[in-house]
Amino acid sequence: MALTLYRQALNRALDEELANDDKVVIIGEEVAEYNGAYKVTDGLWKKWGDKRVVDTPISEAGFIGMGIGASMLGVRPVMELMFFSFAYVALDQMINNAACIRYMSGGSINCPIVVRGPSNGGTSVGATHSHTPENLFANIPGLKVVAPATAHDAYGLMKSAIRDNDPVYVMENTLLYGDSAAASDLPDKEFTVPIGSAEVKKEGTDVSLIAHGRSVIVALEAAKQLGEEKGINAEVVDLRSIRPLDEETILKSVEKTNRAVLIDENKPFCGVSSQIAATIQEKAFDSLDAPVLRVTSIDAPAIYSPPLEKEQIPNVSRVVDMVQKLG
Amino acid sequence: MLEQIESHKYSELEVNKSLSNEDKIEFLRQMVRIRRFEEASLKYYNAGKMGGFLHLYIGQESIAVGTASLCGDNDHMITAYRDHGHALAVGMSMNECMAELYGKKTGCSKGKGGSMHFFAPDKNFWGGHGIVAGQTPLGLGLAYGLKYNGEKGAALCFLGDGAVNQGSFHESLNLAQLWELPVIYVIENNGYSMGTSQKRSSAFNNCLAQRGDAYGIEWDVAKGNDIYEVRAKTKEAMDRAHNDSQPTILEFDTYRYQGHSVADANTKKYRSPEEIDYYKENYDPISVWKKRLFEESVIDENSYKELDDAAKSEAKEAVIFAEESDFPDLSEITDDVYYEVDNQTESGKQGKYFFHD
Repeated sequence: MALTLYRQALNRALDEELANDDKVVIIGEEVAEYNGAYKVTDGLWKKWGDKRVVDTPISEAGFIGMGIGASMLGVRPVMELMFFSFAYVALDQMINNAACIRYMSGGSINCPIVVRGPSNGGTSVGATHSHTPENLFANIPGLKVVAPATAHDAYGLMKSAIRDNDPVYVMENTLLYGDSAAASDLPDKEFTVPIGSAEVKKEGTDVSLIAHGRSVIVALEAAKQLGEEKGINAEVVDLRSIRPLDEETILKSVEKTNRAVLIDENKPFCGVSSQIAATIQEKAFDSLDAPVLRVTSIDAPAIYSPPLEKEQIPNVSRVVDMVQKLG
Repeated sequence: MLEQIESHKYSELEVNKSLSNEDKIEFLRQMVRIRRFEEASLKYYNAGKMGGFLHLYIGQESIAVGTASLCGDNDHMITAYRDHGHALAVGMSMNECMAELYGKKTGCSKGKGGSMHFFAPDKNFWGGHGIVAGQTPLGLGLAYGLKYNGEKGAALCFLGDGAVNQGSFHESLNLAQLWELPVIYVIENNGYSMGTSQKRSSAFNNCLAQRGDAYGIEWDVAKGNDIYEVRAKTKEAMDRAHNDSQPTILEFDTYRYQGHSVADANTKKYRSPEEIDYYKENYDPISVWKKRLFEESVIDENSYKELDDAAKSEAKEAVIFAEESDFPDLSEITDDVYYEVDNQTESGKQGKYFFHD
């Protein structure tokens, strides 16, 4: 059976949710007639028409704020950011309004919106298009943030996100859309992946590699190399969801392996891995045989130069090297 | 003279001619209630009973009352941080509003929003928003929701003259006309964006609403202190929204007597006391309406006094209610953050949501 690509899995999830609930509407730049800048929405406009799949002008603050307002009246907008980096022009809407309105209204309002789009570096598009704001949004109570690494999880988390009654920001990755390493054998029957559940993607005994998004794919490749070349049996934990966070799975793994290396495409300062490290030292201190180490992006704006950017973000050799530093 | 003719013109329109004496008295009562509520809130704010900011609506009451009086089941309102008037005009109680100012759990937002964040979705009132123009895409979204759901209604989105220079407002205008959404942007132009006069903050031809020409949006400008005029202009815009699903920008000239907020230290510096007095004496919305109702023999001095006394007592009672209410419990800080957690759904039970411990 042919594997389903990450992009195709998202497309299937969107298509099924459009069918499941007539309040679901896909809104974004080039999502309809152009079939999506990265073809995630391919064919949906042709199938569902103008009402359900809506092209917007380049106007992120306007259309995302509009979607938030519409969600208060029961519409369930799934809004695409062509790049999650473009969220920065809509932050007032995405933070002050989507995240805070429930709280400031004493719980009388909720915003069932999804904002989705690629959140990654590694494509040589320069600093403005390479932000990875999952740490930024996960810092905001009221928001949920997920970052699937595989087609299976992209499909299941997207469906959960659309059905969720809180704002969920789904961080995808342009490098995963067509990557065979992220492709999955999807069952024909619908399923969901719960938000807030991590998954051990590879069992191991010697060290926990904890990652999210594309870094999971990097961690799996590194684990393979560590096993084959160094005799180190690494476990790979895929966070899948940043907020809510599955602390139990993280701690269970560290308690088993007694070592942790966190792989995180965020910049190191207050990156997602900072929170994971804090959790581990606080709740699994006695299990640790070594300090918690991290492989993050090198701490500068994303560099354009293609060979250098490959070194700036986490890659297999950096992970393998870091694991060996554990001693 | 011209003003008299215009007022006469508006009172003769069907939207106003159909008003009963009770309706007219009700408008007066609502305006007086808003003013007495705010006077009480100012008094106790100055006594240190409340935190944060207090943006008072005094002087602008006719706009909230006049527009709200036209709203039906599918019409919605949303505004900025100067929101007490709109809240009371849509039917929120003085008690829940005063308690919110006090930060008490009996407040409309359980003490979690404060002065700038009053909400009553059950009354189609969607806030109460603190960031200048941040509510303008939300108002657009309400209109989008109406159209998507096939409901004949309008979204009245209020903003101040200081909000018209924010990008999100212009993005909203573009989308409003592009997608023919039934939103009415009501600019309450009180002449000052905080301490900066309109002349020093905005480039425009004739009036701010005329910027709608750039987007092909119908617009109008009118006096905001006369309920007849407010209702006449709002009715036109609402008909356009209801019948043709078209947006409107409506600009009402108005004036605030107090500072931008009570914490506005320069309130007497960027404008003269004479300017404030001139407006109060000639254009005060309550005085204008009261005078008209006297002339129309709808009320007399005695019945006005009764109505005014009732509003004062209601405000006083609201203060007592707020004083006697409890603050929220510390354990309630993390309630009302996530719907799924509050409702203990399967999703709400999965994973860790809060990280303070």
